[in-house]
Amino acid sequence: MTMNNTNLWRFALLILVVGPLLFGPYWADRGTMRLLIEVFYFLALAQLWNLLAGYSGLISVGQQAFVGLGGYMIFSLAMFAGVPVLWGLPLAGIATALIAWPTALIAFRLTGPYFAIGTWVIAEVFRLGFAQIPALGGGSGISLPTAMVKAMAANRAARESLTYWIALGLMLVVLLGVWLLMRSKVGLGLSALRDNEEAAVSVGVRTRPLKFVVYIGVAGMSGMLGALIFLQKLRITPEAAFSVNDWSVLVIFIVVIGGIGSLEGPILGCILFFVLREFLADLGTWYMVILGVVSVAIMLLEPRGLWGMITRYRPMTLFPVSRKSAG
Amino acid sequence: MDWINAIIQGVLLGGLYALFAAGLSLMFGIMRFVNLAHGDFIVAGAFGAMVLVEMTGLNPLWMLCVVVPVMALAGYTGQRLVLNRVVGQDLLPSILVTFGFSVILQNLMQEAFSADSRRLSAGALDTASLSLGSGLSIGAVPLLMFVVAIVVLGGLNWFFAHTNMGRLLRATSDDPEMIGLMGADRRHIFGVAMLLASAVVGIAAVLLAVKTNFDPTAGPIRLLFAFEAVIIGGLGSLWGTLIGGVILGVSQGIGAQIDPGFQILAGHVVFLIILILRPQGLFPR
Repeated sequence: MTMNNTNLWRFALLILVVGPLLFGPYWADRGTMRLLIEVFYFLALAQLWNLLAGYSGLISVGQQAFVGLGGYMIFSLAMFAGVPVLWGLPLAGIATALIAWPTALIAFRLTGPYFAIGTWVIAEVFRLGFAQIPALGGGSGISLPTAMVKAMAANRAARESLTYWIALGLMLVVLLGVWLLMRSKVGLGLSALRDNEEAAVSVGVRTRPLKFVVYIGVAGMSGMLGALIFLQKLRITPEAAFSVNDWSVLVIFIVVIGGIGSLEGPILGCILFFVLREFLADLGTWYMVILGVVSVAIMLLEPRGLWGMITRYRPMTLFPVSRKSAG
Repeated sequence: MDWINAIIQGVLLGGLYALFAAGLSLMFGIMRFVNLAHGDFIVAGAFGAMVLVEMTGLNPLWMLCVVVPVMALAGYTGQRLVLNRVVGQDLLPSILVTFGFSVILQNLMQEAFSADSRRLSAGALDTASLSLGSGLSIGAVPLLMFVVAIVVLGGLNWFFAHTNMGRLLRATSDDPEMIGLMGADRRHIFGVAMLLASAVVGIAAVLLAVKTNFDPTAGPIRLLFAFEAVIIGGLGSLWGTLIGGVILGVSQGIGAQIDPGFQILAGHVVFLIILILRPQGLFPR
């Protein structure tokens, strides 16, 4: 990649945004850090859902299955196998991906809208199933033993900083990962799938294995994020872990409002979501109604979201993934 | 005896599930479209019946006369004004728009009716039952649900087989593009499909309100039951939804008999097993 003028701008913007975030624990107070951690994991979940629905044609409303599984995995690993929680994070991701494998085999028997509802049923099975495990506190959930939490870092401030950096790191890994994936041959195949599945198949894109691998990968990453989320919350219940509202509805709204099928869209949607929440959260149910109405309106009027609206008038991209013919 | 009773109750509950499923099956069969707010529409209908009962003081079953035509009309209008815009090749808009509807409806109902759980009383019918001897008895309400399901499914099948509109709907299901070339107005046909599906939703809504407790967030689980009954029965088969509903109801009944916590889970598990062993469903068209 040559460093032309636009790339220089992109690079400067990256430094300008990511730079201060890297030093968050040195300038942000506890409340701000908590908020940023939440922003990071919601952005990561939004990018992952966008990879599924926006790029791979896999419209899932059951991603809460993997967020919840990740959470329960890190708690189980810590409590029953004595695995330190920092090791537990990647292991929870791997375990979630392994469980997602047979799950995907079942879900992939359904297509289109029925795939969406099928993923939801599977998430419900996990929710109801974990509520039946007495060792994990059943329906009322369980807290992470304080000794395991304290072993993470010297004191609370250090622990919070560490959680912050892990959240930021995971978000950047997801963002960079999806970007590199979309620039690769796999991404080209996925784009072809998204644009016209029949044509993609006819030119030799192996759609099923491709979708399968993406689904498992997204599940594993969602599991790792879920592990981090519940490591931060220190307590897990089946309702919170497998919440369709938190891990599917909000994530889908973020992507739809920001702009599905682009990397910039979820970022824009995430920023807007948290700004709106700061002002409107007191409205309670009306806040959800507003988010819902905006999402539906966007889907009907401009399916490519706010980013689509912006780029319609001024074509630009922060994460170039499209290909130009040489010369 | 408890077990036989659980199975009988499950079979009858299957009638209600078949009504949930018939609406979903009609929409997918004719328009290749699934309404993710299906369950929330059912619950909205139940709340509508509740409001009418509070206003008139009549038996909730009379509300069928109002809820069903209102839902049917709303379905047709909604299809013409909004949903026809998202039905098509690309699945994403239709799924996301109806998913948005689901969230909007749930929160509006919560705002209007609070999160309290409700149930409508059908008067003497609530406690009436038919004794089968040796401790077995069938409640009047569950029996009514099952009979209504058979009548509705039979009526729909008759409609599809013997009327002009029914034939048009079947033709649309086979090839929506060709039907346009033949001069039929696809937008109107889709509207009629939604009208039928919504009328069935209205019937299911009133029966749900009489049979069980409902609250503003009770919709999604009904969508899942409807979907499971459709897949178990086999896509495109209306009588299949009855078989699917009965299998689901019986699984839940047996699950609940083992442990109350297993009721819903048992239904989901049986659905997944059937999906693994026979993905085309038991009676595919």
